[in-house]
Amino acid sequence: MRSESPAGQRVLVTGVGTFWGGRAAQIIEQDPSVEIVVGLDTRAPTVPLERTEVVRADSSYSILSRLVRATEVDTILHTHLLVDSTAIGSRALHETNVIGTMNLLAAAGAPGSSVRKVVLKSSTLVYGASPKDPYFFGEEAGRARPARTRVERSLLEVEGYVADFAEDHPDVVVTRLRFSNVLGPDLDTPLSRALRLPLAPEIFGFDPRLQFTHQEDVLGALCFAARHDVPGIYNVAGDGTLTWSDVCRIVGRRRVPISPLGTGLAAGALRRLGIVDLPLEVLSLLRFGRGVDNRRLQDAGYRYRYTSAGTVEDFARSLRLRSTVGDRPPAYRYDPDVEDFFRRSPAVVSRPGPGTGRRPPPPAG
Amino acid sequence: MEREPPEATVLDLTEAGAAGRSGRELVPVPRPPNPGVAGLDGLLSDVDGWGRSEHMRSFVRTIYEPIYRYWFRVEWEGLERIPTAGGALLVANHAGAIPSDAPVIMHGIEKELGRPVYGLADYFFRSLPVAGTLWSRAGGVTAHPDNAHRLLHDEGQLALVFPEGVKGPSKLYKDRYQLRRFGRGGFVETAMRAGVPIVPIAVVGAEESMPILARSGTLARILRVPYVPFTANVALLGPLGLFGYFPAKFKLRVLDPVHFDAPPGRDRYPRSRIMEESEAIRTRIQDALFDMLSRRRSVWFG
Repeated sequence: MRSESPAGQRVLVTGVGTFWGGRAAQIIEQDPSVEIVVGLDTRAPTVPLERTEVVRADSSYSILSRLVRATEVDTILHTHLLVDSTAIGSRALHETNVIGTMNLLAAAGAPGSSVRKVVLKSSTLVYGASPKDPYFFGEEAGRARPARTRVERSLLEVEGYVADFAEDHPDVVVTRLRFSNVLGPDLDTPLSRALRLPLAPEIFGFDPRLQFTHQEDVLGALCFAARHDVPGIYNVAGDGTLTWSDVCRIVGRRRVPISPLGTGLAAGALRRLGIVDLPLEVLSLLRFGRGVDNRRLQDAGYRYRYTSAGTVEDFARSLRLRSTVGDRPPAYRYDPDVEDFFRRSPAVVSRPGPGTGRRPPPPAG
Repeated sequence: MEREPPEATVLDLTEAGAAGRSGRELVPVPRPPNPGVAGLDGLLSDVDGWGRSEHMRSFVRTIYEPIYRYWFRVEWEGLERIPTAGGALLVANHAGAIPSDAPVIMHGIEKELGRPVYGLADYFFRSLPVAGTLWSRAGGVTAHPDNAHRLLHDEGQLALVFPEGVKGPSKLYKDRYQLRRFGRGGFVETAMRAGVPIVPIAVVGAEESMPILARSGTLARILRVPYVPFTANVALLGPLGLFGYFPAKFKLRVLDPVHFDAPPGRDRYPRSRIMEESEAIRTRIQDALFDMLSRRRSVWFG
């Protein structure tokens, strides 16, 4: 456990066009012991990257297997899993999560593969939320009820593929990180949208216990797993639990109750009116809540930067700022030609990064 | 969830409780064990990781104290057998259509020993709006083995469980003080795994506080509740009897704690061992009940 990976790590980051993939690549490329970073996505990165080689391709098997073979990556950071079912259609969710992961693992598990580590960004949605649940899910706990929502089902399928992969390749370090409700200044999740409303919805008579992970801790845990060898499943959640009423109080929202009977119908009406989209998995979370045991990752050596309450507090701060200055336009726009010029043109002397940080050029070879 | 050593909370409360015992004061509200961040003091409630609020408990104790003292006139015997520190699983017989024994035991121990007691109960409570939230804030926790293990082993708390489950309070008045099956002995396994003692408690009085004359299985199925009782209270008092208990005299006897010499932390324990211990505890509670009943001269005056 926790042995430093050998110098010259070669990392593949999936979903580099998403916030998670982009930010993770940004952090990893700062590590001088990392030789190359390859970012994969169909979309352009949304954050400035200094030396990450961006490949704009879909996650089909033919491309992935060529990519893995050609780049000889040893570490795969699989961040491209969608957990917000309101953001994307059912078919696309399945394609991205299940088929994307299946192809990636097939490519990584090909004979003679260079891959020695796979890190998966999963979600505590795999545990579900029901009255029969333990108050703190351990990593080995099963679900009390079978998954009914498509996002939960797809995540379970993904985890199944990853578990099979780990079993078939005992020499590969496979880490599954299950993140609980993530909040952060730069994120859009069903819960953050609910908290952005003038009145926060609650289910009448229920005040569930919730846990939150700060976006910094998501990135911290992903990079921790990329840097150290921590095989197995790990829950990631800030210390402590908060009730939904506490969350609303910190954020400064009054609550408006939804009927505990026919909640699905009421949520459907809210969605059609364009007020807020509360999918089924969020409704059961607002009813029963969910807590996970976050001690295993701490025992492995990770130190959280935020507690659950601290996460909500930081989110409230960003919300207050936003209510005053509004949405700021994205500070960066990806242009392959510009990136190519700065990275490869002989005219560039000091190789300034497109972002703020400057670093010496990566070692050749 | 708490990262501080569990002993700290327990000791803190015990000292407070010892002070409270002499002066008959309410248990002081301890600091919430939930880590927050600076500046949130006024915004965070004191609800702990189990959904329990010490302010709510203290409020409930204030309300319940007259009922405990003047309605049920509760008397304890052997209270010193309950450990003042460290985890222990309290096991008692269960009765009354709306069981009156759980609040009596929780109130009594929290008042007399100053230790919080978590009441393990059916997950059915958690699915109820309003009532489920109040139940949780007042110290109710669903009886999931993982919950019990974390409470007893990781946090060193007192947890109260009724191994008869729903079969206890749903039994008819004619079967009073006849202990039902003690489930599948899961409570023994939980205590063994957590490495904590079991403290058996025999309760007399709950059966007569709300006796069940008849039950309707059909209504229970329609309403999707564990049982629908027709109580003597409703027969005599009408709608008031839905919540009004008869003033039966409560007597509780704490029996000698059972320590297991089994290695803690195992996934499974021999089934025969579990059933043997479970049956032994059941027999001891049953014998204590018969002994207490043979000494009881009056249902109302003890």
